[in-house]
Amino acid sequence: MKKPAYNVGFHARQQARWRWSEIAFWLLVFGCALVFPSRYLIMTEIVRLALFALSLDLILGYAGIVSLGHAAFFGVGAYGAGLLAVHGILTEPIVALVAAGLVAAVLGFLTSFLVIRGADLTRLMVTLGIALLLEALAERFSNITGGTDGLQGIEMQPILGLFAFDMFGKTGLFYSLAVLFVLFLLARRIVYSPFGLSLRAIRNNPLRASAIGIPVNRRLIAIYTIAAFYAGVAGALFTQTTALASLDVFAFERSADLMLVLVIGGTGYLYGGLIGAVVFRMLQEVFSSITPQYWQFWIGLVLVVIVLVGRPRLHRWVLWGPNLLIAQFSGRKAVAAVGESDAP
Amino acid sequence: MSIGKMLSPAAIGVAVAGLLAITPVRAQESVKIGLILPMTGGQASTGKQIDNAIKLYMQQNGDTVAGKKIEVILKDDGALPDNTKRLAQELIVNDKVSFIAGFGVTPAALAAAPLATQGKIPEIVMAAGTSIITERSPYIVRTSFTLAQSSTIIGDWAVKNGIKKVATLTSDYAPGNDALASFKEHFTAGGGEIVEEVKVPLANPDFAPFLQRMKDAKPDAMFVFVPAGQGGNFMKQYAERGLDKSGIKVIGPGDVMDDDLLNGMGDAALGAVTAHIYSAAHPSQINKDFVAAYKKAYGSRPGFMAVSGYDGIHLIYEALKKTGGKTDGDALIEAMKGMKWESPRGPISIDPETRDIVQNVYIRKVEKVAGELYNVEFQTFEAVKDSGKTKK
Amino acid sequence: MTAFFTILFDGVAYGMLLFVLACGLAVTLGLMNFVNLAHGAFAMAGGYVCAVLVNQSGWPFFAALPLAFVASALIGVVFERALYRHLYSRSHLDQVLFSIGLVFMSVAAVDYIMGSSRIFIKLPAVLEGQIDFFGVGIGRYRLMIIVICGLLTAGLQLVLARTRFGSRLRAAVDDPRAASGLGINVPQVFAFTFAFGCGLAGLGGALSAEILGLDPYFPLKFMIYFLIVVTVGGSSSITGPFLAALLLGISDVAGKYYVPKMGPFVIYTIMIVILIWRPNGLFGRSASR
Repeated sequence: MKKPAYNVGFHARQQARWRWSEIAFWLLVFGCALVFPSRYLIMTEIVRLALFALSLDLILGYAGIVSLGHAAFFGVGAYGAGLLAVHGILTEPIVALVAAGLVAAVLGFLTSFLVIRGADLTRLMVTLGIALLLEALAERFSNITGGTDGLQGIEMQPILGLFAFDMFGKTGLFYSLAVLFVLFLLARRIVYSPFGLSLRAIRNNPLRASAIGIPVNRRLIAIYTIAAFYAGVAGALFTQTTALASLDVFAFERSADLMLVLVIGGTGYLYGGLIGAVVFRMLQEVFSSITPQYWQFWIGLVLVVIVLVGRPRLHRWVLWGPNLLIAQFSGRKAVAAVGESDAP
Repeated sequence: MSIGKMLSPAAIGVAVAGLLAITPVRAQESVKIGLILPMTGGQASTGKQIDNAIKLYMQQNGDTVAGKKIEVILKDDGALPDNTKRLAQELIVNDKVSFIAGFGVTPAALAAAPLATQGKIPEIVMAAGTSIITERSPYIVRTSFTLAQSSTIIGDWAVKNGIKKVATLTSDYAPGNDALASFKEHFTAGGGEIVEEVKVPLANPDFAPFLQRMKDAKPDAMFVFVPAGQGGNFMKQYAERGLDKSGIKVIGPGDVMDDDLLNGMGDAALGAVTAHIYSAAHPSQINKDFVAAYKKAYGSRPGFMAVSGYDGIHLIYEALKKTGGKTDGDALIEAMKGMKWESPRGPISIDPETRDIVQNVYIRKVEKVAGELYNVEFQTFEAVKDSGKTKK
Repeated sequence: MTAFFTILFDGVAYGMLLFVLACGLAVTLGLMNFVNLAHGAFAMAGGYVCAVLVNQSGWPFFAALPLAFVASALIGVVFERALYRHLYSRSHLDQVLFSIGLVFMSVAAVDYIMGSSRIFIKLPAVLEGQIDFFGVGIGRYRLMIIVICGLLTAGLQLVLARTRFGSRLRAAVDDPRAASGLGINVPQVFAFTFAFGCGLAGLGGALSAEILGLDPYFPLKFMIYFLIVVTVGGSSSITGPFLAALLLGISDVAGKYYVPKMGPFVIYTIMIVILIWRPNGLFGRSASR
């Protein structure tokens, strides 16, 4: 049943089909969650970071907006969820999660008008400035936010009234994973929809995009708002799973780390943020348990090497082993794994 | 789009599964202490002092107590409370530690408090200094100090020593506000007057404008609290602006005059009067030995953070001796309550009610001793409790 | 009124210091289109070199300052030849990743070698205290900063605008291919420029130990300030960043003096407003990439 070639939707659907490797990826993710009960917490952190990175990927990888202040939305989500819980306004986690996400989205919408102007560097600095301003605000209004002490005494109700957060972080992990998965599906829908395709057109050439009738600014505002929602949810997850919110949720370091995560994983294919989060956090974990004082050196070295060697080549090396296995199993010869070089 | 491209997510997944599997496997016949400190980031020097002091103590006293081998697991939280919480949780759940210790900043100590309660694990706070901390869990014991302890004393002292008008300059975060509040209360109660109040942001590169405000206010003295580390820059700029010559004295809790930085501040610091719990110049034999050993091992002077760590590990050792090596949380806390000993800083004890530290607070003045700057103690207020709590 | 002038003076000194620290970044970013977030690491290197020379080897401060410049410039040229030059053509994101990696390494390495405490540089007595000038307090140290930085800025402007090297540099930046066709050794010009920028940063690092504090986290802490200076000023010339640094310095100091409660808001708000008003910076050309 071949559709006419001019049907854009057809190609979009072709691209949007689930590949078995994606399914394998998610099975593995859930598998990890089941197999390593002693590592729930670090996994929760990775999942949170992955969701946050997914959010940045939506604007950076698909719309070409660089941001060094994405923590602004993360922070708003985190404090949003925290304040809702502390004051007993919304104690059901999922509802609070969505509410916090919406608050972040509103902020995203409002600030998007500032961000869509200007070139890369300007955007970097404007987003950064917004995040720093919010951090300063949170510090100033310490009677609301708890200031440098952070928001204390957050207690979450059981999710849907059924699953209480436990000390081992089991509920927290599966809750975060579920949220990540749902939002990932949504993101997948968004980027393969005509809307998503138009974003890519804008990223590749804004001028051409507007020439063929895409309302560039409106699309950018829309995706920026959506990304803010995602970041807000990630922030809310942070508060709910750790039961705390402190000023560092707005910190520059958080935004910068996020950028690293996404760049390590690769932009523009949704999995980049997820993979980057895993790689980055695991590196940190391994190095800092070997040398708590000087792990930054080794992380830095890895970053430098990644860039110097070039990511495509590195991916080939890393994946050589696993791919060999997969090739054996599937009996195919031509499985040259190229990492995110497919990320345009 | 080849199939190969899409393999990478799965393949990375496999690689990670391998990494996650590397979980530490450890022997069981030892007592483990989870030490969570900021070893990187702006608070790193706090973490390093405490870590050094603990290593020193264990060298001096052996690593076996009551037949059990002591094993310290050091983790870096970068002073981020979410990290602290995760690390504490992992240490308790995975490594089965019997103590969690360290905690460079207040939010970090607070973040770990619920875990201490849930896991019935003693939490030894070795640095963070706001009053509320020990109230957050019945398993928290503190061996550092509270800001109220030193700030109230310097408030009282200032009134008695002819200081009428004071301008305050404090870092705008919980310890700073604690210090300011307790100083203000005692100073104004004694009849003093606060003529200017400036809070400086925690991350603050340049003190110049704030110092100018101080100068314009023309007080008798300025009350200063900035976190250890910033004190040096503060004092240098204080002198640069000529505040020392216009007769404005520096008073405050002793954080500004941290021993490990004092010598680098130069003569600008001379004459500053602070109230604090420890001075490397404390004239006791035990302290002289401690300072000498620390200098020999690490090439620098120990500051009050180092002493807190040193006393913290001592407390753990003594508690274990008392329980005969039993690591039951309640028994350990019981053992720690009311414990008294002679520390390098002087006689100290753990208040059985609040589990907070009771210690002497010394009024010191910066003087030159044998070519180096020291805080020389000249007045002692004995067995000071944390007034931030005793009121309530 | 005298307080106003003192504040103005302090602000100018602070701004000049920021300019010397950041102007190397303006060059690499604006002229060579390389996002070098590791710029602060070169500044830190200069600061530590100066501190070691003065405190441990007993050099006079004024002799150590030029050495801080030389040391950072040397480190800069080594890094440029060995690493940076391979990355000029890479994407900005790769450059960010790479230079942040360098920052992390430098932070940990300095921590390892020098310890994590702040260090201070012993100053000669000449530089301590204030001069009273018609009631306006003039800090000697800050006065020295203004003199040094002012001379440097004037020199730089002259070199860029009037000398052969300046025109070569501008040509190499505008169109490397055409420039090399004209016989300009483009890589050499770039390497020299990069090294010079690093040297300036090193000098700035040595000068800033007194005012900003010097510890291993210097490159991370002040990265934002450098970026603000460069973006607000626009990166196509050095006058832009110079004026931006002055504006930033004065408004920061004045903001903290007159409205201490709003301290941190002042700079960020000014930055956002300026960038929205003029997205390419106060003195920017059209979009720089």
